[in-house]
Amino acid sequence: MDGGVKMEFETVIGLEVHVELLTKSKVFCSCTTEFGGEVNTHCCPVCLGMPGVLPVLNKKAVEYAIKAALALNCEIPEFSKFDRKNYFYPDLPKAYQISQYDLPLARKGYIEIEVGGKTKRIGINRIHLEEDAGKLIHEEGKSYSLVDLNRTGVPLIEIVSEPDIRTPEEAWLYLNKLKTILQYIEVSDCKMEEGSLRCDTNISLRPKGSDKFGTKVELKNLGSFRAVRRSLEYEEKRQREILESGGAIVQETRRWDEARGITIPLRSKEEAHDYRYFPDPDLVPIVIDREWVEKLKSELPELPDVRKKRYMEEYGLPAYDAEVITASKALANFFEECVSQYHDPKTVSNWVMSEMLGILNETGREVDEIPFKPEQLVKMLKMIDNGTISGKIAKEVFREMFDTGRDPEVIVKEKGLIQISDEAELEKIARKVIEENPKSVEDYKKGKEKALGFLVGQIMKETRGKANPQLVNKILKELLS
Amino acid sequence: MKITIETVEHVANLARLYLSEEEKAEMANTLSSILDYMDKLNELDTTDVPPTAHIIPLKNVFREDVVKESLPREEALKNAPEKERGFFKVPRIIED
Repeated sequence: MDGGVKMEFETVIGLEVHVELLTKSKVFCSCTTEFGGEVNTHCCPVCLGMPGVLPVLNKKAVEYAIKAALALNCEIPEFSKFDRKNYFYPDLPKAYQISQYDLPLARKGYIEIEVGGKTKRIGINRIHLEEDAGKLIHEEGKSYSLVDLNRTGVPLIEIVSEPDIRTPEEAWLYLNKLKTILQYIEVSDCKMEEGSLRCDTNISLRPKGSDKFGTKVELKNLGSFRAVRRSLEYEEKRQREILESGGAIVQETRRWDEARGITIPLRSKEEAHDYRYFPDPDLVPIVIDREWVEKLKSELPELPDVRKKRYMEEYGLPAYDAEVITASKALANFFEECVSQYHDPKTVSNWVMSEMLGILNETGREVDEIPFKPEQLVKMLKMIDNGTISGKIAKEVFREMFDTGRDPEVIVKEKGLIQISDEAELEKIARKVIEENPKSVEDYKKGKEKALGFLVGQIMKETRGKANPQLVNKILKELLS
Repeated sequence: MKITIETVEHVANLARLYLSEEEKAEMANTLSSILDYMDKLNELDTTDVPPTAHIIPLKNVFREDVVKESLPREEALKNAPEKERGFFKVPRIIED
């Protein structure tokens, strides 16, 4: 670049996401898809790639794929077929993967994400159905690799985005939204740590305003959404520095090194991917009529975007609350159960958003592991409303409910947490505190409002948080006036 | 259509086949003549004919999502030239 003018670049990112479907049996044979069984015990002649076997398509896998496609706003062509993708790798016993090439199950969809307060649409180019490969284990210092074929033949959908993503943050938002939607419709559990959701990315830079794509780099070995984001941030910077110093990007596949926080070129295994796709003669085409599509569509639950909108309109929740709660189907269900029995959705939302999510994050537990029922949370909220416990004590009760699953009433009774609302008793304590803190009393009388807060705090301390704060305020003001 | 020695080498490599120089020459000739023969089809006008995805007039052959028993592991591994602790054992795949 001459003249020392810094060129402005635009980042272009596309994602390929593989998602295992939640069928009970594999896509072309009847072996179980269960995760984590004994090595090589979920295998049969079909998924082992023995000669002379015939794959037969699992109807449920097709239906799950169509549901995913519908939830992602895709078109479902009437005609679809399977092709063989040929390559040699020990995780693939047939030396080809049954996949879909030119006639995928679905095309032209989109996902909407919220970026900087605006809705942005990220296109989906295609979704196709294929079989998963086995697992390779490379032990340190050994001259061989080990192969477990339990996963071979588990149904996968591959979701290919359009190159519409412009920042690592957008990529991260897209992934989160995709995961939320797929979990809502219950076609995949999307557990990255178990490999049921995997993501490869590609990223390139181009001069701002250009409509031609730059040379792209593919990134692999992304074990978490955070890794996706960090690797893209790293790669964006690396490419910009090369381009700014007048260099050229090499088209290659790079591996994310999580520990070092960098990407490293992968040695290419096969000369330019030459997969020699051809129609699989073992599998007949799939013809999907409108009636079938409509039936599957009618089985879809309320999707997260719709639910979020409803929470804002029906419950008057702020967009942020609605977004956070509906991001998890289980959490949203819990919230709705509470709201159906309690008059103020915002109060429920506050408890769910701060206390509940706080403890879940802290303990690493999932929503479905919460040991108490929505009714019990509602009971606790009503105890705050009728003055039995203070909001502060309620937090203690809530924590106890989380740890033991016990009823709030029982906890309050056993621990003697009932709020002190007896005016005479509170007055006695207030007088004592006033006597012990003449300095604060003086400050308050001189007009220092803050001093009152200190005195309230002392009374709370005295009563171990059980004093009714409104009453304490009132009594103190009366005594000091 | 003329198939070159280079094409034969490329395809053989992809298929993990090892051919002698004579075999490569023979393959190049044979494949060329097969393609020449197939070229005859190009004489037909297929503008309005949809591509054939499958030659059997069947569609939507499905099975229900029901789990059946898999093979015992000893059976699954029976043909493996090498195995270890229940795994298939293969030459090391370099991954980095």
